[in-house]
Amino acid sequence: MMEMREKILTFIEKNSRVDLKQLAIMLGMEETAVANELAAMEEEHIICGYHTLIDWEKTSMEKVNALIEVRVTPQRGRGFDSVAERVYNYPEVNAVYLISGGYDLLVTLEGKTLREVAQFVSDKLSTLDSVLSTKTNFILKKYKDHGTVIAKPKEDERMLVSL
Amino acid sequence: MRNPLSERIVDIPFSGIRKFFDIAAEMQDVISLGVGEPDFDTPWHIRDEGIYSLEQGRTAYTSNAGLKELKIEIAKYLERRFQVSYGYDTELMITVGGSEAIDMAMRAMLDPGDEVLIPQPSYVSYVPCAILANGTPVIINLKEENEFRLTAQELKEAITSKTKLLVLPFPNNPTGAIMEKKDLEAIAEIVMEYDLYVISDEIYAELTYQQDHVSIASLPGMRERTVLINGFSKAYSMTGWRLGYACAPKVILEQMLKIHQYAIMCAPSTSQYAAVEAVKNGDEDVSGMREEYNGRRRYLMHRFTEMNLSCFEPFGAFYAFPCIREFGMSSDEFATRMLQEEKVVVVPGTAFGDCGEGFLRISYAYSLEKLEEALNRMEGFITKLRQ
Repeated sequence: MMEMREKILTFIEKNSRVDLKQLAIMLGMEETAVANELAAMEEEHIICGYHTLIDWEKTSMEKVNALIEVRVTPQRGRGFDSVAERVYNYPEVNAVYLISGGYDLLVTLEGKTLREVAQFVSDKLSTLDSVLSTKTNFILKKYKDHGTVIAKPKEDERMLVSL
Repeated sequence: MRNPLSERIVDIPFSGIRKFFDIAAEMQDVISLGVGEPDFDTPWHIRDEGIYSLEQGRTAYTSNAGLKELKIEIAKYLERRFQVSYGYDTELMITVGGSEAIDMAMRAMLDPGDEVLIPQPSYVSYVPCAILANGTPVIINLKEENEFRLTAQELKEAITSKTKLLVLPFPNNPTGAIMEKKDLEAIAEIVMEYDLYVISDEIYAELTYQQDHVSIASLPGMRERTVLINGFSKAYSMTGWRLGYACAPKVILEQMLKIHQYAIMCAPSTSQYAAVEAVKNGDEDVSGMREEYNGRRRYLMHRFTEMNLSCFEPFGAFYAFPCIREFGMSSDEFATRMLQEEKVVVVPGTAFGDCGEGFLRISYAYSLEKLEEALNRMEGFITKLRQ
């Protein structure tokens, strides 16, 4: 059972758009069994969503991405969870991780302009009671994201025929 | 002016795919299923070691037989994966691809008049190498009804008083056939009975999909009769690095090494340093790629079933060998027309021996998207032919 789930997840992590029938064929499983597992894993929140990896730089949409290092005071009885929740509830926040090392939370943020991001940090994030300090790093270029190289798509350079 | 050429060389035919390559190279939007190498890049940690060796200035010759560290790691790997044990110092040599090892083994073992049994369809170099080594190739035509495995009966029927060597090319290019342990046991019995030697070309050993590959050298009494050939090209996606190896009893290997010393010197050192990393830390890469191939293989077989195209299920390498006899065309004609009309490249079965007539070699070393598009075109072609 576990092995089946691992196989399904390993495959769809890289290619979530594969249709059910084809997925079942490639994994050598019954279509209904795969469908049931997928549904169960969605229900159990093992599969949390199906997203699209976009290189926004190739579009006319303006996007600014930042990684913000945040030092916070943990709260009695709730540790970092409550402050993390206050941060992740902002829709402009993409991700919030609890980090070991020199700071506590790593927040990734997406805004339309530099000013928008700056405003979020100074008006919203820094003013939270438990936030001690922030350090904002702007992303200048994405080379690789989610295991996929964005900078240079791969081309098949093999000969057309070989024995 | 005198004829500059050797008659024996001129008599050896060119390989049968040049025509397809020439036509395809001139066309636009061609999709190929004709490639005999993996589509993955060499895993980065392996490439990185190659680069590092260059940065360190490790650009000199290695010893003729290859880097000691690499030989030690290969010996461990063979023990771990296939339960065959070879002494790294006297029974193992690093070659320029599996191809060189085939050549060296034939040259070390054959005298004029010795017959070499070569099951076909199989890789194109065995026959020319046998001829170049003064041997006489004798073809065994494998049958689809046996899933292109070699049977003891077929072997027995081909043996004469001159037979010395049997080439065992499994997992097989082009058919994707494998030999299971019981198949090999039946072969080993005959080999010992008739006092033959075996060149076992196991370059696709890591790519089997039903059960682990079994090496004939692991069977009782066979180690001393076998030259085992393997390499890095298919398992680690390292074709361009040109690195293989041969294992054999000392008495054979030292003669192979002698030829290698004079003809080659040593395998490329950069490739050898990279290969140490591959064989030490590459098991996970190999199993990941195997999983990928297996998914494509299942998909390919499913499509053939949907097209109603007859094809035995291949459990090795990354090829399928469907039968196209129903269309009343030769393999060559079918492949040429499909290239011209649908722009899909496949290799006619006849490129791998006359008994490949009526079959095509389809490679699934392609991304799923490409495979799907090529199979759609192939399906269109077949539908048109059936109307």
